[in-house]
Amino acid sequence: MWRSAALALAVGLAVVPAAAEEKRSGYDDAGPQVRAMQDDDMANPAFLWVQQGAALWERREAGRSCADCHGAVEAMRGVAARHPAFDAARGRVVTLEQQVNLCRTERQGAAALAAESDALLGVVALVGLQSRGLPVDVDVSGPAGEAAARGEAFFHLRQGQLNLSCAQCHDRLAGQSLAGSRIPQGHANAYPIYRLEWQGMGSLHRRLRACLVGVRAEPLGRDDALLAELELFLASRAKGLHVETPGVRP
Amino acid sequence: MARPLLNVPREVKAGQSFEVRILIQHAMETGFRRDAMGAVVPRDIIHRFECTVEGEEVFSATLHPAVSANPYLVFTARLERSGTMVLRWVDDAGVTAEERVAIRVA
Repeated sequence: MWRSAALALAVGLAVVPAAAEEKRSGYDDAGPQVRAMQDDDMANPAFLWVQQGAALWERREAGRSCADCHGAVEAMRGVAARHPAFDAARGRVVTLEQQVNLCRTERQGAAALAAESDALLGVVALVGLQSRGLPVDVDVSGPAGEAAARGEAFFHLRQGQLNLSCAQCHDRLAGQSLAGSRIPQGHANAYPIYRLEWQGMGSLHRRLRACLVGVRAEPLGRDDALLAELELFLASRAKGLHVETPGVRP
Repeated sequence: MARPLLNVPREVKAGQSFEVRILIQHAMETGFRRDAMGAVVPRDIIHRFECTVEGEEVFSATLHPAVSANPYLVFTARLERSGTMVLRWVDDAGVTAEERVAIRVA
């Protein structure tokens, strides 16, 4: 105890604990092979989904395609950086996945794409890619701030049989080891991601579900307002980092 | 089968080696997994990949169940004259896919 305190004094004065001081993307904590996969669009398997999304962008359904209204997908630059966003008309937070399906059902007149389907992940990855390199820039003023605060409360809530909160690991213990892996800060700036463990692509919801099941808590439902609020809080927490979509994670 | 991501130079120098990179979307089901009901999920992997130029084999590979989903293959080739590169692969379900690229030798 005394010795570690002395050590902390000796070393700690200059070196501030990395925890909240410096924001690190999951990319920074990944191994060199995983980083190399993400760095090369030709080796990043997520681009198989992006390619599918690009085909879907042009495909007419119910007489119209995404491109017919939005034009070239490059026009979507910045959209992913601003999502999840508070929708004043609906009075709730809308994630990018939900926005794509709202657009399909309300404006295009097409059926909603199934959650976690290759088609939906493809379109969201394609739109997300347009914002790659831009800083995460969600709006958390006014009612959006109240929504993000509810998400933040959930982030700090101890839950599940393991009685753990997100913050305990991803704020306080980030940078330390859990088994053989480094605990990342848990920033959601690269979704949807290609995760090697999944051998496929998945959304932030799938990732959060895995986290909650991991601490043996009740996972949030896909349409639960709290899920979108948590995603909004995570985005506001990642401010200062750049959008990496589509990321590769171990 | 969805289209792969293929990266091949369209123009190369005679006798100089170049890189061919291909990323193929495939589940590569190992045949060792069981579904929720306990039944074995049948093996379905790309078991053969071949690359030819004008009928002559440039590269071929036999793949086995330990290869992860969406296999990424990188190999080098060398051409003396222009031709069409044909990349062909077949999986356990019998699905064959093919990509053709015309390469000009300068």
